[in-house]
Amino acid sequence: MSSPVLARGSQGWLQLIGRLLNGVRHEPGLAIPCGLLLLAVMTALLAPVISPYSPTEGSLLKSLQPPVWQDGGSMDHILGTDFQGRDVLSRLIHGSRVSLAVAAVSIFVAGFMGLVLGLMAGYFGKAVDALIMRIADMFFALPMILFGLLFAMTLGPSFRNVIIVIVLTIWGRFARQVRGEVLSVRERDFVALARVAGASNRRILITHILPNVANSIIVLATWQVGLVILMEASLSFLGVGIPPPTPSWGTMVADGRLWIASAWWVSVIPGLAILVTILAMNMVGDWLRDYLDPRLRQL
Amino acid sequence: MQKYALQRFFQSVLALLFLTMIVFAMTHATGDSVNMLVHEEATLEDVERVRKSLGLDKPLVIQYFVYLGDLARGDLGDSLRERRPATEILKERIPATFQLGLVATLFATMIAIPVGVLSAVKRGTVVDLMARLFALLGQAVPPFWLGIVLILIFSVTLGLLPVAGNKGPLSFVLPAITAGWYMSAGMMRLTRSAMLEVLDSEYVKLARAKGASRRTVIWKHAFRNTLIPVVTFGGMMLAGLLHGIMVVEMVFAWPGLGRAALQGVYERDTSVVQATILVFALLYLGMNFIVDILYAYIDPRIRYN
Repeated sequence: MSSPVLARGSQGWLQLIGRLLNGVRHEPGLAIPCGLLLLAVMTALLAPVISPYSPTEGSLLKSLQPPVWQDGGSMDHILGTDFQGRDVLSRLIHGSRVSLAVAAVSIFVAGFMGLVLGLMAGYFGKAVDALIMRIADMFFALPMILFGLLFAMTLGPSFRNVIIVIVLTIWGRFARQVRGEVLSVRERDFVALARVAGASNRRILITHILPNVANSIIVLATWQVGLVILMEASLSFLGVGIPPPTPSWGTMVADGRLWIASAWWVSVIPGLAILVTILAMNMVGDWLRDYLDPRLRQL
Repeated sequence: MQKYALQRFFQSVLALLFLTMIVFAMTHATGDSVNMLVHEEATLEDVERVRKSLGLDKPLVIQYFVYLGDLARGDLGDSLRERRPATEILKERIPATFQLGLVATLFATMIAIPVGVLSAVKRGTVVDLMARLFALLGQAVPPFWLGIVLILIFSVTLGLLPVAGNKGPLSFVLPAITAGWYMSAGMMRLTRSAMLEVLDSEYVKLARAKGASRRTVIWKHAFRNTLIPVVTFGGMMLAGLLHGIMVVEMVFAWPGLGRAALQGVYERDTSVVQATILVFALLYLGMNFIVDILYAYIDPRIRYN
């Protein structure tokens, strides 16, 4: 496919990727958060291979063993065990799968939904726009936790339901952002040029408008990751998220609550994992926003 | 202004109706609830009889309007577990949640706004750095984990503060900190960035040129405008607060609405869950409405859009 005619001020796909790669190379402060995120992703992908024990089987004989640096701890269970004798490290590793899987799927689905609907709303305007934005407003007006509770009670807690609840919560943000961008981009010269040249609506949207709204979508998506991980952990903690025996970091914190006085590690360690992951993600997101579009600096 | 207020009002009402539709759809989509209510040995005739008496044989749309009618009259059904009207339970639990929310908001605001202003004014110094660290951590720390860690430090190890329930002013400390944490971090960031923008602007430079003291410039001129983005994102802040309250009520066994809701979910007590969800939504929409009106009042540009 020959490269599209790009008028001044517009950005094509190649330019966007080039800018990103360039930026990453020049920013040493990103090393730690990026490294951590990479570690998290690798852990999640390689979980069955690197996990020393099974996350769901434990022996009550080994219940509540402390981590290796405390009295009574051993190298057998570096981060200790929980009440059911399950190895905390293994559960942590498998838990990363859950958190990252939920984050990846929800953001992908919500992002896609928001993108398509936002593009339609912004490009076709009028009735389509009004309808889509009205529905998005409804979801904006209602807090997610309530949906979480409702779904858990009626349909039972499950991986699928967590994703549905999260997608319902965040799709609107993508849609609104995309719509705003499309509204401003579609009036510009290069779009008019393309139309005059006979390009179909579809081609205009994909090759011209899309790369120019991609910036804010990428920024928005990276932001939402931290939020989504937090949402999933909170839902799981409250018992309305990922059901046992699947280890989710949120559920692990909930499990350890009863033993906080004697076995602090069962709750504190998974919480730290959540904290560090979200922190790393937010730092990368902030950098990305500053780099790609300082106009969004408000937040 | 009135037109804007009316618009927002209708939007809120619409959102509430939308929620009732979803609540209705979900609670009725899942299985035949009649079977839960009748005796195990009931014959088909008995089941039909109960169904008719509850009006469950009519088409769904009609059932929905009956449902709306019930809601409007304040009939939210009976709790399956406690065998009394859900509204009674609501009345008992709302005060605790309300108090918690109030204290948490006060705490969040009293910390976030001064720190945000200070951090902007003393930009680049240690104060600024620490404040930004606080904000970054604030949005990364899971509230439920924070609550547990605070209990570990202050109740278990130091024995200073109570672990659960609300038995007096000291009981408010840890829950309020936990619930307001997320909100205060967000507020701090917003205040800081708004303040930074404003300090650079023309009318501030004019005020300084006029000879106004530094303090006057900050508090009399710049500050008012920093409230705007805080109010803009009020919705997000409130959602964070709601989330925090829910989590706190569970971790600290706080006898409020959120706890009632969670217990209802665990026990599949439909009426209680419905009732709490709707009340929360009502409160949330109400607060958002107030915030939006305030926003329009502070920033006249909004009214004319």
